[in-house]
Amino acid sequence: MTTLLIAMGGGLGAALRFVVDGVVTARVGARIPWGVVLVNLTGSFAIGVAASTLDGTTAAVVSTGVLGGYTTFSTASLDSARLALRGRGGAAVAHAAGTALACVAAAWLGLAVG
Amino acid sequence: MSTEPRRPGFPEVPDDPDVDVEAPAVAEGPPRPAHRRPGLVALVALGGAAGSAARHGVQVGVGTVEELPLGTLVVNLLGAFVLGLLLEWLARPGAEQTRRRDLRLLLGTGFLGGFTTYSAFALESERLASGGEPALAITYLLATVAGGFALSVLGVATGRSWRRRWSR
Repeated sequence: MTTLLIAMGGGLGAALRFVVDGVVTARVGARIPWGVVLVNLTGSFAIGVAASTLDGTTAAVVSTGVLGGYTTFSTASLDSARLALRGRGGAAVAHAAGTALACVAAAWLGLAVG
Repeated sequence: MSTEPRRPGFPEVPDDPDVDVEAPAVAEGPPRPAHRRPGLVALVALGGAAGSAARHGVQVGVGTVEELPLGTLVVNLLGAFVLGLLLEWLARPGAEQTRRRDLRLLLGTGFLGGFTTYSAFALESERLASGGEPALAITYLLATVAGGFALSVLGVATGRSWRRRWSR
């Protein structure tokens, strides 16, 4: 039952990521993939808040389901790799390291305010 | 001023309420972007649901080894490789455009997007760092970010070599 709820939450989160990324990319362009960066930052902040306020099945559905489906590592990682493959090595390193450090900071902030 | 053309979605009674919803978009401008098309958003949701359930299975099955969140590391590294491979493979010449887009949204944006996670990775790293395990936190961060980067490049390279073999 919990797995089914996690799946439903994950589907909702993935759809939300698709829309947020689409809206952001339509506005600022895809030269630097800001849409997925914004998704991962907001999702990391939200999981910090969820970790300090929720428990049990609700925590699993929100954190593992919705926020797990909303945020994504595969696209973030491929975005860094593509910057590097296009000869933009500095941007690739800044994107990879910057996203990781900013998302850890966002999770810390979420835990602090939650 | 009064000759301004009516835009789709403008809150006026349309001349023909039975008109095909796709028709005005084609006649008056470019089609709606993918993220505003309910059918395509549903494809992403479907893939994301399956991917999230699969991630949960791996996270529970593999779990944490010596305080290192190995389950999350496994899904993220695996997903980084497969996404690079998938998107390069789908970019092969001759593949049908609509089917290619649908597969990208269902399997790439949906399944692999849901299978991998940044939020759990960020939270686990924060907990290791603030829980008195800074060395383990750095190990986990480096293994995820550098490993994911290397596997994305490897996935792209593998997809390109498959594509070349396919088109020969």
